[in-house]
Amino acid sequence: MDRILRVNLTDLTTRSEETPAAWAGLGGRALTSTIVAKEVPPACHPLGPNNKLVFAPGLLSGTSASNSGRLSCGAKSPLTGGIKESNVGGTAAQMFARLGIKALVLEGVPQGDAWYGLRVTKDGVEIREERELVGSNNFAVLDVLEARHGKKAGVISIGTAGEMRVTAANISVRDPSGKLRSHGRGGLGAVMGSKRVKFITLEEEGAPGIQIADPEKFKAASRVFTKALMDHPVSGTGLPTYGTNVLVNILHEAGGLPTRNFTAGRFDGHDSICGETMHDTIVARGGKPRHGCHAGCVIQCSQVYNDKEGKYLTSGFEYETIWGLGANCTITDLDDIAMADSIMDDLGIDSIETAVAFGVAMEAGILPWGDGKEMLRILREEVGRGTALGRVIASGAGAVGRTYGITRVPVVKNQGIPAYDPRSVKGIGITYATTPMGADHTAGYTIATNILNVGGQVDPLRKDGQVELSRNLQIATAAIDSTGMCIFVAFPALDVPECLPALIDMINARFGAALTGDDVAELGKTVLKTERAFNMAAGMTPVHDRLPEFFRTDPVAPHNAVWDFSDEEVDAFWNF
Amino acid sequence: MLITVKLFAHFRNGRFKEAERTYPDGADCLHVIHSLDFTARDMGIVMVNGLHAALDRTLQDRDTLALFPLVGGG
Ligand code: SF4
Repeated sequence: MDRILRVNLTDLTTRSEETPAAWAGLGGRALTSTIVAKEVPPACHPLGPNNKLVFAPGLLSGTSASNSGRLSCGAKSPLTGGIKESNVGGTAAQMFARLGIKALVLEGVPQGDAWYGLRVTKDGVEIREERELVGSNNFAVLDVLEARHGKKAGVISIGTAGEMRVTAANISVRDPSGKLRSHGRGGLGAVMGSKRVKFITLEEEGAPGIQIADPEKFKAASRVFTKALMDHPVSGTGLPTYGTNVLVNILHEAGGLPTRNFTAGRFDGHDSICGETMHDTIVARGGKPRHGCHAGCVIQCSQVYNDKEGKYLTSGFEYETIWGLGANCTITDLDDIAMADSIMDDLGIDSIETAVAFGVAMEAGILPWGDGKEMLRILREEVGRGTALGRVIASGAGAVGRTYGITRVPVVKNQGIPAYDPRSVKGIGITYATTPMGADHTAGYTIATNILNVGGQVDPLRKDGQVELSRNLQIATAAIDSTGMCIFVAFPALDVPECLPALIDMINARFGAALTGDDVAELGKTVLKTERAFNMAAGMTPVHDRLPEFFRTDPVAPHNAVWDFSDEEVDAFWNF
Repeated sequence: MLITVKLFAHFRNGRFKEAERTYPDGADCLHVIHSLDFTARDMGIVMVNGLHAALDRTLQDRDTLALFPLVGGG
């Protein structure tokens, strides 16, 4: 039976508990949000002793199911002040699952100044004081921990940004190539830093492994599921070839590519940063256009991007980062953006929040529009050294806007709005406004149906059908985030009829359960309602489910679209 | 009439990124698609002047037609 491991940093004790029956059917986001909602006082300070940081693999993590290796992390967010779940690839989720660990919960904060490293093995978790790696950034942490524990060990760590507890700090997870992936959003790295935990290592020697209740049924369902992933043009061909950055040209064309801190929907320099150019650059420099962020990913949307000399520069180089520093800050040199991606990974800050913050900083005149070299200097010398300016930028777009008196600050619940303009792609505006996570495109990716013609077509410029679309996708996403599946399985799931039933069959075969599609939808609804209730108890109201005012008053070219939903129309999202 | 045609992702292979091409008055999207040796089934997203368009949409002089295979990201 899987266990819950608890680490109390206040008195430096650990405990292993049987999983309560009520949590047995939960994994990933469903479990992190349930534990946070039950055990964290909603009004607590996110960096204080009453917040908890919860890691949970998904229901199917550790099995041979394609794309099931995502790890969820949850807490009260220091960025939004609400509940947060962020999930990531890498090797840790599968190791947690094979070690029979349903969740790892970090509680309390240490009394003194010491920092700690946690070591998770089949025997439980050990707390050790850490001196050597304090003050180091992620790449150095990965190197040292590889030397200590070998190439196979899982690593979860924070960089110096997490040590400084800035609200854009993220948590990194080692990937199969020895590089890293990030629990990007919501400042979870600051929560880990507040607990003075520099890293967690995982070793799976002697692990009990995964028991599958009905292996034959599991294998059969897994085959159908994998085939659906491979056959769908988006997950089978488009994503592996061009990565997520194929979206630059699509959103540019549709007029939904936020440019110059959300003042336009098209970017003249789009060709120099687009997925097609990136693909050709990667191939010409001997990089890898396709790469998986965890073992068992058959889609492989990730890549390895080399510099002009053909040396490794960065990987997991995503559309949102490229959009954020590219179109949104009008930087056209893809190598500068790749270098920034690498520095942000090393420092451990969210590349979406930081890019949106740079857009506001450029509007404030802190650095010129499009100045990639100055952006890199600020990342290295200000953020990296923790100067006052560096800490303001690494506290996100909202902090920059407040500090410099800017009104065009694209945030919801203080979290930076990612790469799709809600005026010209209205469904995603509903998701940004209503998701309990703060502006988050992954919470209900209406771009699929608004722009990409996946799962039908809903006109991106009209209001009709958007609330319903966002609601259905948010419910489905909350459920998928609980399975440990990468969200990109949603593309085939929306179009290929046998895909979702196969996913449910795999869960049933794994646990000997008899879930139906309705049960899975119910799970998604329960997760959303649990998260919303936490936010309300933390002091949020429906007024927090609003987009910034400027989206109503400033039309965005080329379609001159504005955000025109009434408050009542937005609030109707919650009618389920 | 003059139509600006833009191609994306693997549609560019062996063709072009962007070209101004002349078509007979009244030609629709499908006409252009066929002129480039694509079929309707190859199409993921078709936009005319930045708006999603049906394949039988009639084009006007100086329109921009953008053709994407089914691709996505997130
Ligand atoms: S498709 Fe991309 S994000 Fe999803 S698991 Fe694979 S590499 Fe990771």
